[in-house]
Amino acid sequence: MSRPNVVARHLVFTFLACVLCVAACEREARRYKELPAAANRETGVRVTALQPGTAQQVAEVDSPYQQNAWGLGEGKRLYSAYNCAGCHGLNGGGAIGPPLMDDKWIYGAKSDQIYATISQGRPDGMPSFGGHIPTSQIWQLVGYVQAMSGQVEATTAPSRNDDQMSALPESRQSRQSPIQTGHR
Amino acid sequence: MSHLQSILHPAGIEAARISQLWWTMFWICTAVWIAVAVAALIAIRRGHRAAAVHVPDRTIVRNVATAAAISIVALIALLSQSVLIGRALNTLRSDDALRINVTANQWWWDIQYDNPVPSLRVTTANEIHIPVGKPVAFNLFSNDVIHSLWIPNLQGKIDLVPGRRNELWLQADKAGVYRGQCAEYCGLQHAKMALVVVADPPDQFEYWLAANRASAPAPVTPEQQRGKDIVEKGPCAMCHAITGTLAGGRSAPDLTHIASRSTLGAAAIPNMHGYLAGWVSDPQGIKPGNRMPPPGLSGEELQAVLAYLETLK
Repeated sequence: MSRPNVVARHLVFTFLACVLCVAACEREARRYKELPAAANRETGVRVTALQPGTAQQVAEVDSPYQQNAWGLGEGKRLYSAYNCAGCHGLNGGGAIGPPLMDDKWIYGAKSDQIYATISQGRPDGMPSFGGHIPTSQIWQLVGYVQAMSGQVEATTAPSRNDDQMSALPESRQSRQSPIQTGHR
Repeated sequence: MSHLQSILHPAGIEAARISQLWWTMFWICTAVWIAVAVAALIAIRRGHRAAAVHVPDRTIVRNVATAAAISIVALIALLSQSVLIGRALNTLRSDDALRINVTANQWWWDIQYDNPVPSLRVTTANEIHIPVGKPVAFNLFSNDVIHSLWIPNLQGKIDLVPGRRNELWLQADKAGVYRGQCAEYCGLQHAKMALVVVADPPDQFEYWLAANRASAPAPVTPEQQRGKDIVEKGPCAMCHAITGTLAGGRSAPDLTHIASRSTLGAAAIPNMHGYLAGWVSDPQGIKPGNRMPPPGLSGEELQAVLAYLETLK
């Protein structure tokens, strides 16, 4: 093999390593100061798939913390701190509130639909957190709620707890295909 | 020079014992060092001349035996002093001692003065008042990771371990303000996890305790009232508690008497108007990574909240 070829290979390798590092930055970034916008379709978000006539498609808005391990970890901490666990169960197994680790979604599994559910509240018990907690924390909770049923990358989702766990860590949850069930 | 945080200026019987051990070790080690240095200097001065001098075997044996004996005596002195003081530490006991629950969190201290009568309990944060001349017991807990409580002027350090209660006894013999610190690496803001310990004369301590049992005073001016509304309806109440108001969060420092405390952010900054404004508007700028998110208040809302918080004496 000729020498320039080796140099080119090294250059390509270095470039790829840099690209990988940059990709990893998003996962590790700790975005303490930001206050992201509320889900921009919050008021117009659809919580059902049924539409009259031809279905209108609107661009989905993902949680800004979907690729961010710190944000999902914060979501996990807040899930206990704001007592989501009180109704939905510590690992999302459900109790007085519906389970979050299964494939059934009453008001939709998309990021902005979950955002709207947390922010607006839902009938029969789900409190409305909008205005009570910062938008950044709602988005972190959205990311964590998705992690509970394996909807985010396993490399980003929280892994095992410091203390004993009765369930599999979020990073090892099998990915559920969401089913829209609606309110019954 | 202030001795807020110094083991060399003990203000209580336990710290005095530790300090005594330290000085014993210091002087014995100094003596050893001087002896070794002198011996080395003599050897250097003699140089090659020494090789020519014949030293009888008996002298060598005698010198080595003397040095070994002195070393053994010094080591035993150090060891026995260390064992005796180690055993004497944390043996203060008293049946009617004041008991204070200290719960470490990332990165602040939750302080509760226990009482069988719930209305007589006092909850505060990052500032402990104790009476001078009485043994005080700390019940130590942790909510997340292992921390360690160290108030050098008063006592040695002891860990706060999740799922476990540790006990630390101390007694302040001199009134004053001391500083304690987390002494076990506990995460990003470990360095800014400190606390203030105020040793008051007993009557002054009782006065402080009574004042802190009271609920928060009602707001007087319209601006203070607006501040209270924002605190109760906005993000603050989700984590902070203010007794006597609708704010009942339990995952952040209790704010009922925040204006009477001398520091903010677990002794990260002094509690003054400008610092408080900075903390409320940009906590992540002062202590990055701490659990308080930027609350996103407008300028007018911030001023109202500050006006209200400063009434919470």
